[in-house]
Amino acid sequence: MCLAIPAKVTELLGDDMARIDMDGVSKVINVALVEDLSLGDFVVVHVGYALSRIDPEEAELTLSLLREAALVGNAS
Amino acid sequence: MKYVDEYRDPALAKGLAAAIAAEAEAGRTYRFMEFCGGHTHAISRYGVEDMLPANVRMIHGPGCPVCVLPVGRIDDAIRLAARPDVTLCTYADLMRVPASNGASLLKARAAGADIRMVYSTLDALRIARSEPRREVVFFAIGFETTTPPTALAVRQAKAEGCANFSVFCNHVLTPVAMRAILAGEEEGVPPLDGIVGPAHVSTVIGSRPYEFVATEYHKPVVISGFEPLDVMQSILMLVHQLNQNRCEIENQYARAVVPQGNARALEAIAEVFELRDSFEWRGLGAVAKSALRLRDAFAAFDAERRFEIETKAAADNPACECGAILRGAKRPMDCKLFGTLCTPETPMGSCMVSSEGSCAAHYAYGRFRDRARTQKEGVLQ
Repeated sequence: MCLAIPAKVTELLGDDMARIDMDGVSKVINVALVEDLSLGDFVVVHVGYALSRIDPEEAELTLSLLREAALVGNAS
Repeated sequence: MKYVDEYRDPALAKGLAAAIAAEAEAGRTYRFMEFCGGHTHAISRYGVEDMLPANVRMIHGPGCPVCVLPVGRIDDAIRLAARPDVTLCTYADLMRVPASNGASLLKARAAGADIRMVYSTLDALRIARSEPRREVVFFAIGFETTTPPTALAVRQAKAEGCANFSVFCNHVLTPVAMRAILAGEEEGVPPLDGIVGPAHVSTVIGSRPYEFVATEYHKPVVISGFEPLDVMQSILMLVHQLNQNRCEIENQYARAVVPQGNARALEAIAEVFELRDSFEWRGLGAVAKSALRLRDAFAAFDAERRFEIETKAAADNPACECGAILRGAKRPMDCKLFGTLCTPETPMGSCMVSSEGSCAAHYAYGRFRDRARTQKEGVLQ
């Protein structure tokens, strides 16, 4: 139910609407809940609404922590 | 797919599994509840449990809106849809939930009711605009993730003066349910050691509403993304906290969750909704201040007032263990109906309907492991 998918903003349509791309699938969603949206941003999309913007730096940091933990794990 | 594939890397999963095994202290048991059905589904689908050491156990929680909605409210929706002037718009998850006397929205539709599956509240509003002679009612369910979309639709309907649109509101609150689980830990059931916190609910409410879990119940929470590596990293973080005798609210899903949540979404919820005194949950019973209703300012868009809905309590199938499973007190295979009378094709209880339900997830991905285990032990199933 709370499933949400990361999608890339490809067009800002005005009136709080935007076109997004989910792995080749194009869809128009409501973006009223996310401030200062820019083209190319990734958002978390749930039932036709963007809930939050994905922070690329935080995503990379999470991945680097994951890799580090996995390295430690493999070495143990 | 960006922001998905990199969190499903099998080689990293192996490394994380080894890290968890190394971190988990022998002679100590770790019991974590994944509150949210999205996590339940991911854990079953990707076999995360198989990668955990024997002393790290996951308990499925009640975070599945379809599962916790009581039969009486489905009965209400079916009665509403049976009215000749009503078009009921619903998320697809609800279509097959068993109601009283073997009824369901799917059967009601087959019998002629105008029930339409929608992807979004935007679709329900569109239907209301294009069919002004129909009373279009949106069957709103879900935790805080799904509440802002309902709030925005109600706000939009009011702004447009859309007189034939209303909402049958069943939105419920995560922190209150979490408190109910922790306050109701049962005799004979080992207590939880920590909680894997919801991903998308937290994009809306942030991490602060979980503070009470640490301060009052002295258990750690790690807010986790929904991908398998997210869940495994969160489990590792929980084990790490316990080993260090810490209980804090940590955020593994920092790429989408900030401590204060989404201000715009919270404003929309606060503007349109207020707390109900009490709401009935399957598995938890009546829980005070655990659900939302429309404020008086939006009374015209409240289906409960417009159609004078008075919910009658209705009993679940007495043989169905959904209630205890939702509280984490029992597992799907503890239910007599599981996999025999109750399957995803013929669900007897709600946990077998939604793909996020514990029973549906276990039926799809977990029961083969049970079978292998019991065959090894020489028990026939």
